[in-house]
Amino acid sequence: MALAQENVLIPDVGLRVKALESLLAEKGAIDPKSLDLLVEAFETRIGPKNGAKVIAKAWVDPEYKKWLMKDGTAAIKSLGYSGVQGENMVVIENTPTVHNVVVCTLCSCYPWPTLGLPPIWFKSAPYRARVVIEPRAVLREFGLEIADDVEVRVWDSTAELRYLVMPMRPAGTENFNEAQLAELVTRDSMIGTGLALAPGK
Amino acid sequence: MNGIHDIGGKHGFGPVVVEQNEPYFHEEWESRMLAMMIACFGAGVFNVDQFRRPIETMKPGHYLLSSYYEKWLCTVEQNCIDVGIVTREEVDARHKQLMKEKMA
Repeated sequence: MALAQENVLIPDVGLRVKALESLLAEKGAIDPKSLDLLVEAFETRIGPKNGAKVIAKAWVDPEYKKWLMKDGTAAIKSLGYSGVQGENMVVIENTPTVHNVVVCTLCSCYPWPTLGLPPIWFKSAPYRARVVIEPRAVLREFGLEIADDVEVRVWDSTAELRYLVMPMRPAGTENFNEAQLAELVTRDSMIGTGLALAPGK
Repeated sequence: MNGIHDIGGKHGFGPVVVEQNEPYFHEEWESRMLAMMIACFGAGVFNVDQFRRPIETMKPGHYLLSSYYEKWLCTVEQNCIDVGIVTREEVDARHKQLMKEKMA
């Protein structure tokens, strides 16, 4: 396999990226300093904590939730999360009878403003190929057993439209405020390969 | 297009492998590639469909074995060539030069 990969992959791919970046910079097509700022934004500000705030707000504010379900893009933008790969957002709600899970079979489309960059497994061939034909088996590999009487719905993202799963609010959180609730909302619970955390875990 | 990228429902890829505590980037070049893609997209070098096409027409073996960001390199490079910002020869030459410097 090692030999085959050497013949197929771009050799020293990092250096080819560097070659392209240096050429684009010399030609004035990009500004390396603005690239630094973009990287910093993804490493510090753009991530699943944003999505968790959206979900927590929807859990405590019925009016906001109504808006979020009707016009996800606008409701999410109102909290300051918008931009590339979040232009059209649809929120899908888990209930005691329906569990939702999101994939992008054709590539790796993912709602960056609310979840940040996708994990490698989300971009991998096994997840993209399998979750649409055997979602329960795939979810089991994530440690998530969905009862037979719960319907599993798989949502395939497109280049233009991204989904965010609203997990069920965990029991025993009646007295939690929004910030405490947001701590329970994991990345995987907003993809559908996990649930929101139980309090105290 | 029914290309190699259209893998939903295909068999034989094995289990989903989950990396615990995955870092934002595994190597620095991945972060540069991400930022370069966003900058070029923002500057109007390509739209979403133009971004996808070079990935969806990669050789199947390369598509399946390469990482996400290697695919991005393929498409950003191709799009920059298509609009005339750089030529393949320039990228090849600079790449070769950097590899030579690394060996030295």
